[in-house]
Amino acid sequence: MDLSLSDKHRALREEVRAFIRQHGHKSPKLGGGRKRPDEKALDWQKLLVDHGYVARTIPREFGGYGAEPDVMEAAVIAAEFAAAGVYAGLTNQGISMLVPTLLEVGTDAQKKQWIEKTIRGDVIWCQGYSEPGSGSDLASLQTRGVLQDGHFVINGQKIWTSSAHYADMMFLLCRTEPDKPKHEGISYLLLSMKTPGLEVRPLRTMTGRAEFNEVFFTDVRVPEEQIVLGRGKGWYVANVTLKHERSMIGDAGKLTQRLEQIIALLKSTEIDGTKLIAMAEYRDRLLRLQGEMLAWKAHSLRLLTEAAQGIDSGVKRMIIKYGGTMLGFRLASLAVDALGAAGLPFESQGEDAEDDDATTWNIDYMYDVGLMIGGGSNNIQKNIISERGLDLPREPKVART
Amino acid sequence: MEFALSEEQRLFADSLRNLLADRLPIEALRRHAETASGFDADLWDSLVELGLPGLLVPERFGGAGLGVLDAVVAAEVLGGVAAPAPFVGSIVMATLAFVHGATEALQNEWLPRIAAGEVRFGVAFAGLAGQTGTAAASLRDGRMSGRITGAIDAGAPTHLLVYLADGNAAVVAADEPGVSRHMHRSIDRTRPVVDLTFDNARAMVLDAANAPVATAQRVLDAGRVVVAADTLGAAQHMFDHALSFVKQRVQFGRVIGSFQSVKHQFADMVTVLEPCRAMVWYAAYAQDALPDEARLTALHAKAHLGDVGRDIARMATEAHGGMGFTDLLGLHYWFKRISFNRQMLGGPERCREEAAHLQGWDLNKASA
Repeated sequence: MDLSLSDKHRALREEVRAFIRQHGHKSPKLGGGRKRPDEKALDWQKLLVDHGYVARTIPREFGGYGAEPDVMEAAVIAAEFAAAGVYAGLTNQGISMLVPTLLEVGTDAQKKQWIEKTIRGDVIWCQGYSEPGSGSDLASLQTRGVLQDGHFVINGQKIWTSSAHYADMMFLLCRTEPDKPKHEGISYLLLSMKTPGLEVRPLRTMTGRAEFNEVFFTDVRVPEEQIVLGRGKGWYVANVTLKHERSMIGDAGKLTQRLEQIIALLKSTEIDGTKLIAMAEYRDRLLRLQGEMLAWKAHSLRLLTEAAQGIDSGVKRMIIKYGGTMLGFRLASLAVDALGAAGLPFESQGEDAEDDDATTWNIDYMYDVGLMIGGGSNNIQKNIISERGLDLPREPKVART
Repeated sequence: MEFALSEEQRLFADSLRNLLADRLPIEALRRHAETASGFDADLWDSLVELGLPGLLVPERFGGAGLGVLDAVVAAEVLGGVAAPAPFVGSIVMATLAFVHGATEALQNEWLPRIAAGEVRFGVAFAGLAGQTGTAAASLRDGRMSGRITGAIDAGAPTHLLVYLADGNAAVVAADEPGVSRHMHRSIDRTRPVVDLTFDNARAMVLDAANAPVATAQRVLDAGRVVVAADTLGAAQHMFDHALSFVKQRVQFGRVIGSFQSVKHQFADMVTVLEPCRAMVWYAAYAQDALPDEARLTALHAKAHLGDVGRDIARMATEAHGGMGFTDLLGLHYWFKRISFNRQMLGGPERCREEAAHLQGWDLNKASA
C-alpha cells in the first residue's frame, strides 16, 4: 500500500499542471456533453489530443499520442483536470466505444479512415443498439440487414439512440443471418447518418430534453465493406468494447465533486435562519453519504491498482454500475431536498444554453434515473453480479428468437 | 501508487487463517461461549507463537514494527472466525498507547512485555469514546478512583489501560488492591463486557503526550478502524456461508439461489460489502500515513461498517431460512459479534456526530 506517486507520475502531474496554467482559460465550460461540441470545444479537444491528455495510448499512425498503456497516468491526468475544474475532453460513444473496438478488430483501412477524425471530435458517432423489443435482451434485436448487390439493405427501428440527432455516423447492430442462433446472426456495420432512408425522430424524456432519439430504417443501403470483422460477428465485436470499459476512477471523481457541491449547498441554504448543515435531518443524510463516498473512492483506487496490474477484478468491477448510479441518485436527491420548494421552478434552456442551478440539479436527479436504466438496467446488473460475479445459477431461459 | 495489500500481508493473513481454522471449529466456539471470558489461553499461546502481540510494537522493542494496515488484515481474519482473543484492546490500542503516549523509559519497560505476550490489557474509556453507561474516573497522586462500565478485552487481563475524559491515561494492574472487575455475559457470548471499579488503586500514569486528547483520539481511532475490520471479517464470513447455503438448498425443485429475489439480495449485499474492504484499508493506511485524513476516515469506517455489518448479518441470516435462526447452525455467533462491535468505541450515530463536529457541522450553529 503506497498512495504516493512515482517520480514518473509526479513529473506527469507537474506537466499537466503547467499545461492547465498556460491553457486552462481556453477550456469550455463543464457539463456541455449532451450537445454537439462547438468550435471552442473542438479547439480544446485538439489541444488535448496533441498533448496526449486524451487518446494517449492510441498509436500515432491513427492520430493518437502513442503512449504505452498506464492507467495510473490516465488517473493522474483525470485528477488534475478535475481539481482545476477544466474540461477533460470529449466523452462520447465514438471515442469510448467505437475507437477501442476498431483498434482491436477493425481493418487497417477502417482505423485510418475513422480513428483520428473521431478522437479529434470532427466525426460524432451514435450507437444503434437498442430496439423497442430488445432492451435488456439486446441479442434478440430484429433490425434486418439483407445483402444485395454489394450493399446491406437495412430495415427496422432503433431506440434510445443518444446524439443521433447531431451525429455524423452510426455503429449499428443488425441481424444479417436470420437462420443462425440469435447471438450468431448479428453484424456490426458503420454507416453515415446522411444515408437515404434513415429518419431520426427526437425522443423527449422526463427531463424535458430530447436526450435520445428513435431511428427508423427504410431500405437504407450500407456498402458491404463497412462491416466490422465479418458477417455474424457483431455480437462478438460489441462485446470487445466491454473489455475496454473505462476505469471508474473518473466516475468516483464525478460523484465526489457532486458531494462537495452538496456540502456547499447545505452550508449556504437556510430554513428560518438556520443553515441546513446545522439541521440534524439534513446533516445526517449528508454524513451517511460522505461515509459511503469514502468507501466508493477507496474501492475505485483498488480497482485502478488491479487494472494497472492486469488483474481481472471480477465482481468488484461488476458492482460499479449498480452501486454508482444508486449513490449518484441519492446524492442528487439530497440536493433537490436541500433546495426544497425554492428548487421547484424548472426552466430548462434546452441544449444550447446554461440552466440555472436548481434546474441543473433537477435534471441530474431525473437523468440519474435514466442512468439506472440505460446501459444494462440495474435489475439486469443484479443478475450479472449474482450470476457472473457470485456464480449463482442462471434463470431458466425460455425466450427464443 | 499502489492500493493493495502486499505479498507479505497476504501471506500473513493466510498463516493466521490457517492457524485459526484448526483451532476454532464451531464446537470450540460453543465451549468458549460457556466461559465467556473473551480469552482462550491455548489460543493466546498460539497467537504469541505467531508473534501477533508484537505486531505493532517497534522492532527495537522486540516487535514486528508493523502498522495499523497490518492490524486490520489480522482483524478481518479474527472477525471471520469469531476468535476470542484480546486483539483490539490489548494488541492494538494498548501498544499504540505506549508507542504514542509514553516515555522512552516506560516503552522500554512495557513494549517488550507486550510483544512477548506476557501482559494483556483491558481498555476502558471514561469519555472520548462515546460509549453509553457510567464513565467517571479520576486520577490523583498516582491513584485511580471511580467507575467505568463497558471495558473491552477485560475478561482476563493482567492490566487495565484507562483513558480519562481529558485524554490522560494510566495503567493499573488487574490484581492491584482497590481494583474490582464485574463481568457481564454479553449478547456476544464469546466476549464479556466488564465494569471496572477503582478505589484509590495504584496507577501508573502515561504522561509523555503533549496533546493528551489528540493522542488518546489517535489510539481510539486506530481501535475503531480495527473494530471495523473485525466486523468486515465477520460479515464476510456470514455472506460466504449464506452464499454456499443457497447454492445447495433445494425448494420447489430448484436450488434456492436460482430464485431472482435471492440472487438480487446477494447482489445488494456484495455491492455494499466489497467497497467496505477498500474503505477499511484506506482508513488503516491513513492512521499511519495520512494524518490529515486519519480522524475522518476512522470515524466513517467505524460508522459505515456498523451499518453494513448489521444489514449483512440480517440478510445472511435470512438467506438461511429457519436454520439461520437456530442455535444448531451457530451463525448467530457472528451476528452477535457484529452487533457487539457496532456499539464498541462509539456506535455509528456517535461516530458521525464526531465526524460532523470535526468538520464544523455542529447543530444549531447558524454560522456553520
